[in-house]
Amino acid sequence: MSGSRILVKSYGCLPLTEEDRTANGVDMKTFLEEVNEKIDGVPLQRCYHCRKCTAGCPLAFAMEHNPNKIIRMIQMGMKKEVLGSSTIWLCASCETCITRCPNEVDIARMMDVLREMAVAAGIGAREKNVLSFHEAFLASIKSRGRINEPFMMVDYKLKSGDLFSDMGMGISMFMKGKLSLVSPKTRDMDAIRKIFDKTKHA
Amino acid sequence: MKVTYYPGCSLHGTGKEYDQSVKAVSRALGVELEEIEDWSCCGATSAHSTNFKLSVALPARNLMIAGKGEAKDIMVPCAACFNRFKSAQHHLQHDEALKKEVEEIVGQKYSPGLDVKSPIDILYNGIGLDALKAKVVKRLTGLRPVSYYGCLLVRPPEVCKFEDYENPYMLDGILAALGADVKKWSYKTDCCGGSLTISRTDIVGKLVDKLMTMAREAGANCVVTACPVCMANLDARASENLRLPVFYFTELTALALGLPGTSTWFKLHNVDPLPLVSSLGLL
Repeated sequence: MSGSRILVKSYGCLPLTEEDRTANGVDMKTFLEEVNEKIDGVPLQRCYHCRKCTAGCPLAFAMEHNPNKIIRMIQMGMKKEVLGSSTIWLCASCETCITRCPNEVDIARMMDVLREMAVAAGIGAREKNVLSFHEAFLASIKSRGRINEPFMMVDYKLKSGDLFSDMGMGISMFMKGKLSLVSPKTRDMDAIRKIFDKTKHA
Repeated sequence: MKVTYYPGCSLHGTGKEYDQSVKAVSRALGVELEEIEDWSCCGATSAHSTNFKLSVALPARNLMIAGKGEAKDIMVPCAACFNRFKSAQHHLQHDEALKKEVEEIVGQKYSPGLDVKSPIDILYNGIGLDALKAKVVKRLTGLRPVSYYGCLLVRPPEVCKFEDYENPYMLDGILAALGADVKKWSYKTDCCGGSLTISRTDIVGKLVDKLMTMAREAGANCVVTACPVCMANLDARASENLRLPVFYFTELTALALGLPGTSTWFKLHNVDPLPLVSSLGLL
């Protein structure tokens, strides 16, 4: 994605060099630069706030700040507010925004980056249950190589404390034979564990 | 036609009727499926939401194993798995440094050339509508479906390379070839809320109710999908007064081709499709 760096120059916002960033011993890197670096694609400066992303976003009605506002907040350096917002956890990754953005700003990827940053910064998730679900889902892959839905759901319920919702549905699915407690695992679990170990965040 | 097959986790669990109907239809149409040896989960939404490298490495392992087989096409029926496979391929083919790193993480070499395909694509382009029509023994007369593609088959278009991403038509074409009266609507690719169904059931309920309302307004008496997550949400999260039977497109294909198994699959649905299907004399 080296093309994106040329774009940054053409928009008159050359990224700071390592030397500039630490002028006078002060870390000069802005939140915007941090996010752009992690997206590693079209920089968020290219957004001209037409709000097409937000007009088409199916989750915008439930969000604290709409997707367009999040971009503006990043540009303004509002790190704490952005990483602590429910928006980044309610994005369902439907990719409508990036599909329709006239400037090819990858907002869906931006949301992934912000979620990773929120967890790494120890802020966690404003929508706790969404993160608990992801954790239970990945824990299931880590231990079996595949998802076993009943085990994953029990793990999620313990993590989230949301014990009783969907109980009736679960029982009905079980009775119909849709859910199975025994499902084949991946045999080469060594390979799966290595993938998790080597991609673990520092 | 020989095709590598990746069922994914859902098709071994809540989406088992999709797995069984895909296999039945493939057999009837002469598509030979060979399951990927010792496959593992694609990581789905949870991996890419929290860990980018993991989200490439998990599908990459399956692509690397599949790459050793003879078949050039790999059928991935679950739209979520399809999207993760396509996305991993996109990153591995456009970022040499990442490819090297992922090869080291997985411990295998990646070679491009595999074509990741949805069964919709294989039916529409591989088999063709004329060949499909010729095999129909029971036209789906009276069935008025809307086709629901959801997000992950079509977006982002430069990664999925599926078809018209704002108004896809392949599923409509297949259903029409089976004799159904396919209704037009503008919600083919609107999101159902995906995995938020577990953590924010309230939001998914609102999204699904909107889809069902619009399907009814279009004159549909059922909804047809090709994604186990969409299926679970549409079939289980709609308000009582808005519910419609929901089918995997392969279940209806099997019904029109007169294949056994359909009534067993229909029993696994939350909204019972039997009253509709039997009132039309289709079963």
